[in-house]
Amino acid sequence: MPETAIEVRNITKKFGVHTEHEVTALDDVSISIKDNEFFTLLGPSGCGKTTLLRLIAGFEYSTRGQILLYGENLIGLPPQKRPINTVFQHYALFPHMTVAENVAFPMKMLGKDDGETKKAVNEKLELVKMQDFANRKPGQLSGGQQQRIALARALAPHPKVLLLDEPLSALDLKLRQEMRTELKNLQRETGITFIFVTHDQVEALTMSDRIAVMSVGKIQQRGCPTEIYEKPNNRFVADFIGETNLLEATVSKVEGNDIFCKLSDNIILKGEGETGKNVGDPVTLAVRPEKIALSPISEQTEGSFTGKINNSIYLGTDTTYIISVNGKSELASVEQNSAVGKVRFKIGDEVCINVADNAIRILED
Amino acid sequence: MTNQTIAAPSSKSVNSRSASRKFFKIGRFPGFGLTTLLFFLFLYIPIFILVIFSFNSGRSATIWDGFGLNWYAKAFNNDDIQRAAINSAIIALIATTIATILATLASLVLARSRKFKGQNISYSILMMPLIVPEIVTAVATLSFFSFVGLNLGIGNVIIAHTVFCIPFAFMPIRARLQGMDSTLEQAAMDLYANEWKAFRYVTFPLLMPGIISGAMLAFIISIDDFIITLMVSQAGSTTLPLYIYGMVRMGITPEINVVSSVMLFMSIIFVSLSYLIGRKK
Ligand SMILES: Nc1ncnc2c1ncn2[C@@H]1O[C@H](COP(=O)(O)OP(=O)(O)OP(=O)(O)O)[C@@H](O)[C@H]1O
Ligand SMILES: [Mg+2]
Repeated sequence: MPETAIEVRNITKKFGVHTEHEVTALDDVSISIKDNEFFTLLGPSGCGKTTLLRLIAGFEYSTRGQILLYGENLIGLPPQKRPINTVFQHYALFPHMTVAENVAFPMKMLGKDDGETKKAVNEKLELVKMQDFANRKPGQLSGGQQQRIALARALAPHPKVLLLDEPLSALDLKLRQEMRTELKNLQRETGITFIFVTHDQVEALTMSDRIAVMSVGKIQQRGCPTEIYEKPNNRFVADFIGETNLLEATVSKVEGNDIFCKLSDNIILKGEGETGKNVGDPVTLAVRPEKIALSPISEQTEGSFTGKINNSIYLGTDTTYIISVNGKSELASVEQNSAVGKVRFKIGDEVCINVADNAIRILED
Repeated sequence: MTNQTIAAPSSKSVNSRSASRKFFKIGRFPGFGLTTLLFFLFLYIPIFILVIFSFNSGRSATIWDGFGLNWYAKAFNNDDIQRAAINSAIIALIATTIATILATLASLVLARSRKFKGQNISYSILMMPLIVPEIVTAVATLSFFSFVGLNLGIGNVIIAHTVFCIPFAFMPIRARLQGMDSTLEQAAMDLYANEWKAFRYVTFPLLMPGIISGAMLAFIISIDDFIITLMVSQAGSTTLPLYIYGMVRMGITPEINVVSSVMLFMSIIFVSLSYLIGRKK
């Protein structure tokens, strides 16, 4: 059982209390982040990600709640007393210092001697492959290079936790993809707990050990990337991460954890998720498009149902089919274009629809 | 006639073309260029002549007698001028130093503390001396000094100068601070610097060009001041502008031209440097 690095307990943060502009940026948020974990806070703009990070770093005070670092209460400690470092969105490198001086800064502030400082600077610059740039000023570096220096600087004093606020958002797509793997490797090599903030779901899914999805100051769901993607709890998570089909249905039978939902008179789907539903309750079902397989109508199998192709969208690697079911619900299905030059279905074709086992989620209201 | 113009199919484009031509031509109105030229001549010819005649070898400030540096030699050896110059320098140095320190503190308080009530008013009050007529400030300062019985000789002048130098020192410092990213200070504190060290190693070095620029501006404003100095100075605290004024009343000699020219060069150098340093990235 790994230790808990950061424990956020019932944190509420309000801005502009006692004014007409009161904003609740965080509403009773609790998270526990394990030692040596790559943890991601994922959510749309304005959901409170930065606020939570600033609370952990010590730049803001919470209205209510506690933050613990390895069991020790952080509330009241100023940023410089917390063994937690931040990589800022726009890097915040000191423009009047060289790269080496930037990386040496935290070591000097901690009162380390010259030998140790020098060793840490060389080590960290090597770690981010920037040893040749030690004597440059930040203004003479590209965005990606500045990013690496910001990382080296934050890692130099070997903090217990590293906070990263959308560090890749200022980079172009190619560099961003490169940095994703590099960041992940860096986290593994250093063994430092990373708390990474992003609004990019791909970034979150590719790098994280665990993700917390946030919306309007609340945690919507926590879990590893596959859980978040395959077992969304609610409409927000299902919708925010990846593409999804949302279907309205009614509960027709409950058998333990399996809930059978009626989509229309002749279509009953087995879903899982939100329990405590009774027969007759309306529910929303979520299915990922790639979990829906299509076959020609002649190859109808047990448990499948039929629909008509309404539209097909060719996307290079795959094709998205929009299928209408019973003339009422619409479904999207994604199929890889594994054969050359063959589109399997045309608009108007009747097809047979197979949903993968356990692929249907019943969402919380 | 007008009807016809409006009805003509091409009238629209013609109209707009002529309109735009008129618009661009307004700066080239006959007489505008000439007026501007006259303005510049009027402004700079007297100064030009003043500088030229400081190099006159003859006794007159109006009749050219050949090039010579003898008036410079004479001016630099004149005890009264030396004393006035030293007074000016002492007043300007001390007033500038105090004013710059106060302006730096004020700009930090105004820009970096949490928003507080009256922040805008504080700013306006700080800039007030720029719009109060100088003669009003001068009279007010004088009566204030005699009211509290302040009698520090040159110290009175220094206090008065410090006060009116603050807004001049403040402007470039504030501009610099506003252009500075406050996340740099947060980064410093995140990296284990306490507030003092964050200021010492990050804010202050980055603010330095603004501070130097502000100090130079304050220095030249102090060196140059006449009205307030005239009011508050006592015997023994004559500054260069006061000395020049006293001399002029006894007739202009090239010696005055020399002192004025030197002050002019100093002004130009300081203001240009202040601008260049303040602009530095
Ligand atoms: N200093 C502040 N004063 C008042 N309101 C604030 C302040 N900082 C943040 N907020 C509000 O708190 C909410 C959350 O802001 P926050 O910066 O944490 O969002 P975010 O998730 O980081 O968004 P983004 O992805 O755009 O960076 C927003 O509604 C914001 O307007
Ligand atoms: Mg943010």
